[in-house]
Amino acid sequence: MGFWETFCKNKLALTGSGIVLLLFLVSLFAPWFAPYDPGQIDLKNVLMPPSMDHWLGTDQLGRDVLSRMIWGARISLKVGFAATGVSIVIGTLLGAVAGYYGGWVDAVIMRFVDIMLCFPTFFLILAVIAFLEPSIWNIMIIIGLTGWMGVTRLVRADFISLRERDFVQAAKVIGAGDLRIIFGHILPNAMASILVAATLGIAGAILTESALSFLGIGVQPPTPSWGNILTAGKDNIDIAWWLSLYPGLAILITVVGYNLLGEGIRDSLDPRLKK
Amino acid sequence: MLKYILKRIFFMIPLLLGITIICFSVMRLAPGSPVDLETQLNPKSSVEMKERLKALYELDKPIHQQYWSWLKKLSRGDLGISFASDHRPVAAKILERIPITILLEFLSLLIIIAVAIPIGVLSAVHQDSLFDKITGVFVFIGFAVPTFWLALLLMIFFGIHLGWLPISGLRSLNYEYLTPWGQFVDLVKHLVLPVFISAFGGLAGLSRYMRANMLEVIRQDYIMTARAKGLSERDVIYKHALRNALLPAITILGLSIPGLIGGSVIFETVFAIPGMGQLFYMAVMARDYPTVMGILLIGAILTLVGNLIADVSYAVADPRIRIS
Repeated sequence: MGFWETFCKNKLALTGSGIVLLLFLVSLFAPWFAPYDPGQIDLKNVLMPPSMDHWLGTDQLGRDVLSRMIWGARISLKVGFAATGVSIVIGTLLGAVAGYYGGWVDAVIMRFVDIMLCFPTFFLILAVIAFLEPSIWNIMIIIGLTGWMGVTRLVRADFISLRERDFVQAAKVIGAGDLRIIFGHILPNAMASILVAATLGIAGAILTESALSFLGIGVQPPTPSWGNILTAGKDNIDIAWWLSLYPGLAILITVVGYNLLGEGIRDSLDPRLKK
Repeated sequence: MLKYILKRIFFMIPLLLGITIICFSVMRLAPGSPVDLETQLNPKSSVEMKERLKALYELDKPIHQQYWSWLKKLSRGDLGISFASDHRPVAAKILERIPITILLEFLSLLIIIAVAIPIGVLSAVHQDSLFDKITGVFVFIGFAVPTFWLALLLMIFFGIHLGWLPISGLRSLNYEYLTPWGQFVDLVKHLVLPVFISAFGGLAGLSRYMRANMLEVIRQDYIMTARAKGLSERDVIYKHALRNALLPAITILGLSIPGLIGGSVIFETVFAIPGMGQLFYMAVMARDYPTVMGILLIGAILTLVGNLIADVSYAVADPRIRIS
């Protein structure tokens, strides 16, 4: 059975792709979907519970929560993709080099991975942010720079098992250079696991971004993000439950969506990877 | 056994050095002169602070000398003086907060073990049953729930709506006037939500891992042998299978330690618990660099020690490890 046939028979994977697709559409067409301007302050309607005018209520400045969440979807999509891109590129390069060359190169890279894994990731991210401005660009890069270790291990394992295969030996015999063998011959065969790691990585990056923004060191107000709406929820916890409930639900659904999609891709691309 | 432990400690030395190098590089992250940049960003910057930064980093010396003298200070347990208004040594500030964080992490580990292992084992033994399916859904959602959001929801429900549990701090205002038993109950009430939230992240991971492990063990030949010689299903599962499935779980617990420590920033901040995570958060917000670097280092060392404990307990439980 081909990839698409297997994938389309997997209901959970389809649900995941549906959620992800919906998020893409919402982010792309945020200005059309959002009923209000997300930055529009309305001091006469501060902290209004959900109503017909404001489906998900208003925040402490009278801004429409639904509109802010729709614009917040853009932020989490951006951060999720950019951060994962950074960690996939670093992780793949280091993993490929370590797995292909082996020996001391491998030893050095893998000790570096071990050392990085000693740091509680969240501590490392916070420490780096303390030295830099918490802008959306810095957040993306920092989350990416602290999340590549798993990818490195994965790609290295794939390379070690692939480098002894006949097709690699054949490529060597006809005189292909290391770069061509790594990128042209081995990497395409490792793409399945990289793609799965990337999809699951997006989910992780979105969770991290929301936690950072919630703590006030991620995406800075007035730019709306799901995490910083939740900060307002915490500040008004005894009077405005809707500020806490809905943005978190959006994060939960998004992460479930990417996780379902990732596991769906894994099960369909390569049955051997199935757990 | 002693030889094994010494060997593991010996292998930790390069990791420890690597950790200090990374901490040192994080300090140097700021482009240009760290003194200028740090003080520019900090509205409370002053000439005095610049001088102290210069003294701390010994910026007039070459970089390897800076690293070396920083390392020498570290080996004496000197993490520098906090930039906060109390001007206290960072080591002392961390030391007084560590017990609270370790207590919380320890309680959450106990809860993770007590809840996740039975769930994992039961859902493996009754594979595809209703219980297995329901816990499967919970585990999947557990992976995706932002814990700080769950914390907010529980605070709203149990703290504000029902009024059963306090939502911040470790003690009530009237703590000093309570009987010893009352003080204990008060502390437990304050701990329920933070410990649950801290444990939550690890629950999903370990129970799923236990399930997979148990499923694998049940298919082994020696389980078939145990069944064939007429042991009761109970003995087969809980004596023969469980023991073998439990072993690798020790490693997973060890691996979950950095996550738990990292998570302490979030739940200690949300619940206003005066532990190391909250100190870290406050230090980051105030750009109190010596404290940030100190806690980053301590966090990594705690992880290293946690992994050592996990490795050693694995070796205690499984002779194959310490012999090979």
